[in-house]
Amino acid sequence: METDKRSIEREALAKLVSQWLSQGKRVLAPKHSGDKVDFAWVTTLDEVSFGHVQTVQSPKAALFPRVDELFSFRSADGRVEISERDLGALPETVVFGLRPCDAAAFAVLKAIFNWDSPDSLFSARMARTTLVSVACSRDDEYCFCTSMGGGPGAVTGSDILLTDMGQGSFLAEIVSAKGREAAMAAGPLFGPATSAEKESRLARVDAVFAPDAVTAPMARLFDDTAFWEEQSRRCLGCGACAYVCPTCACFDIQDEGGVSGKRLRCWDSCGFGLFTLHTSGHNPRPLQSQRWRQRLMHKFAYMPERQGVLGCVGCGRCSRACPVDMNILEHLRAVAEARP
Amino acid sequence: MKALQEKARELLAAKTVQVVIGYGRGSGGTARAVFIREAAQAGLLVFDGSCLQNLAVYLMKPEVRKLGKAALVARPATLRTILQLAAENQITENSLLALVPSGEEIVLLATFAAIEAHVAAQDNDLSAAEKEELQKFAAMGLEERRQFWQEQFSRCLKCYACRAACPLCYCTRCTVECNQPQWIPVPAHDLGNLEWNVMRAMHLAGRCVNCGDCSRACPVGIPLYLLNQKLISDVFTNFNSRSGIFAKSDNALSTFKPNDSEDFIR
Amino acid sequence: MSPADIFKPWLMKIEQVTEEAPDVKTLRLVFADERQGSEFAFRTGQFGEYSVFGEGECTFCIASPPTRAGYIECTFRKAGRVTTALAGLEPGETIGFRGPYGNVFPIQDWENKNLLFVAGGIALPPMRSVIWNVLDLRDHYKDVTIVYGARTVADLVYKRELAEWAGRSDVKLITTVDPGGETPDWQGEVGFVPAVLDRIAPASRDTVAVVCGPPVMIKFTFPVLARLGFAPENIFTTLENRMKCGVGKCGRCNVGKHFVCKDGPVFTLAQLRNMPQEY
Repeated sequence: METDKRSIEREALAKLVSQWLSQGKRVLAPKHSGDKVDFAWVTTLDEVSFGHVQTVQSPKAALFPRVDELFSFRSADGRVEISERDLGALPETVVFGLRPCDAAAFAVLKAIFNWDSPDSLFSARMARTTLVSVACSRDDEYCFCTSMGGGPGAVTGSDILLTDMGQGSFLAEIVSAKGREAAMAAGPLFGPATSAEKESRLARVDAVFAPDAVTAPMARLFDDTAFWEEQSRRCLGCGACAYVCPTCACFDIQDEGGVSGKRLRCWDSCGFGLFTLHTSGHNPRPLQSQRWRQRLMHKFAYMPERQGVLGCVGCGRCSRACPVDMNILEHLRAVAEARP
Repeated sequence: MKALQEKARELLAAKTVQVVIGYGRGSGGTARAVFIREAAQAGLLVFDGSCLQNLAVYLMKPEVRKLGKAALVARPATLRTILQLAAENQITENSLLALVPSGEEIVLLATFAAIEAHVAAQDNDLSAAEKEELQKFAAMGLEERRQFWQEQFSRCLKCYACRAACPLCYCTRCTVECNQPQWIPVPAHDLGNLEWNVMRAMHLAGRCVNCGDCSRACPVGIPLYLLNQKLISDVFTNFNSRSGIFAKSDNALSTFKPNDSEDFIR
Repeated sequence: MSPADIFKPWLMKIEQVTEEAPDVKTLRLVFADERQGSEFAFRTGQFGEYSVFGEGECTFCIASPPTRAGYIECTFRKAGRVTTALAGLEPGETIGFRGPYGNVFPIQDWENKNLLFVAGGIALPPMRSVIWNVLDLRDHYKDVTIVYGARTVADLVYKRELAEWAGRSDVKLITTVDPGGETPDWQGEVGFVPAVLDRIAPASRDTVAVVCGPPVMIKFTFPVLARLGFAPENIFTTLENRMKCGVGKCGRCNVGKHFVCKDGPVFTLAQLRNMPQEY
């Protein structure tokens, strides 16, 4: 589909946010919290941060909340009744101000949740979510979107991509049918594009390598135990990288509430030692080096082969969130340069 | 820095230790843990104000333990962690050396007694600023404090970075992972987060050495140090006890004596 | 089940509870909704997610054969939160079941061949499904040999069925217990399963071997089978990695790029040799 280019002024954007809210939509956007910027439910444009490089967490919680009810149940006298989620009642959501890398990440989540057997809860949330991204005018040393096939102004994945053109004016690229619908509903808030020359407004993120440079050597590195031990020695085995990642989707299923309760889907992480522990006490991945290998292999070898997508968009969040500076870009460079 | 690199080179060359756990340059001018195993690599070691991590956390990691005897670049809280781990029978005297940067010099502490003497000479109390912050919280009403923590914990992802970064959280199966019964709800919702964070803080009461790594590790910036410092202060007030001062000592909250003033246990 | 809700279980009534060994029980389950039951179909080797509402889900194979319509059975050892709750249930109570999941034992391909079943401890259940499946179609197969061992006599599961198999002329059953696990009246072998297998040395010609057991038993059984001349593509096993979803999403059961829940649980030794050691 041809990308339709329009423009929108900041005041009109503020009205658009109010319009969404008055239509009953929820708006998830980057917001300052202490010295950090993170996604939060907002009610006005003034709450939204624009100047940051990247939020702490990704916006994946809009589709894959850290705790999500799969269904509820009630048991009495040996009988059980299951109440399914009313998928039609899920709220319409606008994720606003996400970065192009985050928008690209939703396609990865979709590939994970919908390969083979589709996940209805995820899909219903996806169908009710519109992605209005803001292109990156700044980057930092952790950004590597261009090495993963994206870019600071890439439109892929967004429904609408905004680029700050200065003086309170944004270029609005209407990317998808959903985006066109949203623009249509906004009516005169969008005007004709005055200039579509956005390159000079974008951060410059130089590609360090092509994705193939990482995915090709990855599989044959599996048995290089010394390499993985060296790479992971510092890693403490927490779940910070997985939980801030826009594409990590591993989960746990937990019941709560006794006889009248809920079955919940909760975030989980392959970095945890107990993640794969068998009831017998046997653990297929007892060492942190094996768990770190799993993390990289999953994203850069298994997912490309099984789901046809790269499991990373180069947002750099895991590197920023890591308490011990496991900078993924460095680790990928080591993979690309490894001579097994 | 020169002295540190020199000392590391010397220890590795003489095979006094098999690994020097210290700080190297990390991303964006930060410092991060490095594991120097060859004398030729000692030049990677740095020490400055950006070197904050409590490297004693690696003493409990099997992948690091298997490297052999370690020399650990130690900050004041690291030394206390070593003594606390010793008191909890987690490390033995001849498994490590501590390298303490002191001005341009490096002080090498080879025994628990030497570490004890060094720790005795340092200020182990909460700082004036820390005490002041605690005062501020004490002055809050109960409801205000409850709201403060509810807001903080609502952001908790249960990524357990605080636990992983803490050298004293070394259990192979944490209480939060015990499910018969399920003491702490697994989901990262309000109740699960409150119980997890309270449990974490309570299990460190009388053991925490105030290194601050839990707070630094938290990706969403929950000021966990406040809970730890409050408990440090309470344990000192009530039991006149401080953690990480002696290599042989009993933890204030898990030791029961016939002459304890409380009678509920008898 | 509509594909719209992959996590919604069927409601199953417990029809019968059998004590198999200390802390090991078999539940016979029938569909609470008869229509669902009549539409349900599975093949031997497949597994499911069984749940006690309020406690959670647990992964086990379907231990009954597809040739016995109208019910499914699962056999489990009481170990964690869910199995402890399951073990406390009585006939008439309701549990959840999702499935069938995973691939199958290709028993059609085994027709007119000899079959050797080697199992250890609590790993007989996945094999019991295929054994009964084969015995219910007995004339499709040639010799059937079963080698089954457990730590102690008490730990042997399906004792009534073992007696039944022992009594059949068309089944050769060898049971064994680990040294020290025997009782004074024990008639079977004493020794670890791989050693007993080595001693009885079944012929490998025109024979398919199915091996299920704890990782250590499997590890020592494969070389014995190799020595007996079994080709890796004629040796089958079923992997039991930890799972939550059963449908290729939760991220735990993978062995390299292979999902045990989708590509398995049944694998041949030839396949395992091309997979990393993550099981």
